[in-house]
Amino acid sequence: MRKVTFPHMGYSHIAFKQLIEDMGFEAITPCHPNRYTLDLGVRYSPEHACIPFKILMGNYIEALERGAEIIITSGGVGPCRAGLYGMTHEKILKSLGYDFRIVVFDPPLVNLWDFYWKLRFMVREARLSWRAFIDVIKRAWDKLKLLDEMEIKAINLRPYEVEKGSTTRAFHQCLQIIDRARTRKEMEEARRECHRILEKVPKDRSRRPLKVGLVGEIYCLLEPFINLEVERTLGELGALACRGVFLTGYTQTDVLGKGNHNVRLLAAPYLNQFVGGHGQNSVGETIFYAKKGFDGVIHVAPFGCLPEIVAKGVLPKISRDLDIPILTLTLDEQTGRAGVQTRLEAFVDLLYQKRRAKEVKGFGTLLPGYRCGLCQH
Amino acid sequence: MERGRKLRIGFPRALFYYSYFPFWQGFFNRLGMEVVVSPPTTKGILDDGTREAEAEACIPVKLYHGHVLALKDKVDLLFIPRLVRIDRRSTFCPKFLGLPDMVRASLPDLPPILDLKVDERTSPGEWWPTCRAIGELLGIDSFLRLWSAYREGKQHQKAYEKLLYKGYLPEEALAALRGEEVEVPPRIKENLNLAVLGYPYQVYDGYISWDIIGKLRKMPINLWTMEMVPPSKLYRFCKHLPKQPFWHYSVLVLGAAYYYQQQGVDGVIHVAAFACGPDAMVNKIMEIDLSQGSNPTPFMSLSVDEQTGDAGVATRLEAFVDMLLQRRRKG
Repeated sequence: MRKVTFPHMGYSHIAFKQLIEDMGFEAITPCHPNRYTLDLGVRYSPEHACIPFKILMGNYIEALERGAEIIITSGGVGPCRAGLYGMTHEKILKSLGYDFRIVVFDPPLVNLWDFYWKLRFMVREARLSWRAFIDVIKRAWDKLKLLDEMEIKAINLRPYEVEKGSTTRAFHQCLQIIDRARTRKEMEEARRECHRILEKVPKDRSRRPLKVGLVGEIYCLLEPFINLEVERTLGELGALACRGVFLTGYTQTDVLGKGNHNVRLLAAPYLNQFVGGHGQNSVGETIFYAKKGFDGVIHVAPFGCLPEIVAKGVLPKISRDLDIPILTLTLDEQTGRAGVQTRLEAFVDLLYQKRRAKEVKGFGTLLPGYRCGLCQH
Repeated sequence: MERGRKLRIGFPRALFYYSYFPFWQGFFNRLGMEVVVSPPTTKGILDDGTREAEAEACIPVKLYHGHVLALKDKVDLLFIPRLVRIDRRSTFCPKFLGLPDMVRASLPDLPPILDLKVDERTSPGEWWPTCRAIGELLGIDSFLRLWSAYREGKQHQKAYEKLLYKGYLPEEALAALRGEEVEVPPRIKENLNLAVLGYPYQVYDGYISWDIIGKLRKMPINLWTMEMVPPSKLYRFCKHLPKQPFWHYSVLVLGAAYYYQQQGVDGVIHVAAFACGPDAMVNKIMEIDLSQGSNPTPFMSLSVDEQTGDAGVATRLEAFVDMLLQRRRKG
């Protein structure tokens, strides 16, 4: 049985593991990134590579040490560096002496033929019929959607929890249940079970959490290890962190389509050009949140990320023009948990003060217990 | 603006200045406008740029902000095109793509900016669509006048590139075009052949590169740069990569590295900007590829930023050249 590995991104590994195993390969599931992974990645990556590159590097080395023979990963269209990850990783790992094959899937719209051949290679390796393969893909996609659904629910419930950390515990329980469910029927049961578990967490519905938009680069937003669990921290500080970037949504709009048109239209007055990655999305989403009356926006970006630097260059002006506080968190291997925690606490304090000042001025009180419209899809 | 005075267009001496300035000078001059270039980089300009620009940006982009500041009170219009694609094969770095927006967001009280998009994929014809748009914006409705200005720009650019292929460096070629006497050191057979590769705005800006070129000129070296080879050739040398790098200048730099390796130069120096995103990837790919194969080439990567010291750069260059000399003596 061929051993196959893939990048770790948020909670998506649960779905990808199923995909690989259903295809008949042995899945070498990448470990949750940790200090050791990062050290390993940093050692063999270019100094100024962005943090996702380093994490992936660490994950690949760990997986190759465990015997992986094939790496499946995604490509990109540029000009973000992520599109060159595959080639650079391959060159570095081969120069370290590892023997493996890397299959980089670029978005099918860019080069359909290339996409087809790589897919064909995988299907042939798996000795599957196309029909069976499509069924496998569909089930993995359903699982990804289920994972995103649960994550959104957990985010929405966290600010109301009575006991700090209880939602996160319940969510991790859900992940295990989802991981075990394989067939469609089991997944349907898992969905009901997870909803039940999350709703069982004791809540205080009288709270009025702050609404904070999370924008930025997708890998940093999705991977709790890199962003030092910004969503959880915010939730436990009593702020509802809404983000528009989820893996399923991203795949639909950006990988298989031409990007989110509305977000680009919103961004146009400040950044009327696609700059790769999520640069323009960060700008557009910030404006969206500002217009929706959010209390603040947190911009998460890896250090040195090209598109996000452009976005960062424009955000201060948006902050002034639309009167919305923006906190940029630049993340790399040097970022410390305590530093991020302190900054988030200070930011949330500031937002509370701002809200109070607004209410005193008679801008109308906000209704209790409202939820964010965007997060519910 | 009073009548009769020429419209002054500001052209910052940074980023694409070293690649495309002659074209735009020819074009605007023919239209009866004056092109004002910012002075060569000084500490003041760099400090201004570093203060105003986004902190995380690379030095060349910060420097660009400094040059815009140095120009803004002297001109009627600033020319900051949004370079997306100049040919069908590559895109510019995202910071070029968002350049007008970044400049506008971080610098206050600027004169109007000509921020036209140059995108070969959506509007083919190299600079021509941009020229037409400029004509429309500035109220030049005579097609013939625009066309002749465009032709003139092309002529200037062609003459400039011809000089570059002959072995002139950009500043020398520009001086030669202005009609000044320029002497290019002859190539001597016994000298070491050294390829100095890097983005033109990084290598030729005497201040931020710590005058690497000037220092090398004093050594027994034949200097080769990527501008001395036509881009189409450099693109061909990148063809064997499983995926083409996206960024215009990066493809050229990588192609030049493979080209000069094939030509059998004695060494390659890669001048990288500190915190330059594309360079992080290009540098590693270059390092691995140059050290492998039948013809490994000595390689040094020099990363420069505003903290680098002059003596440090000089020492490293001397050490590298000494090493190459020893290597040659051995065999």
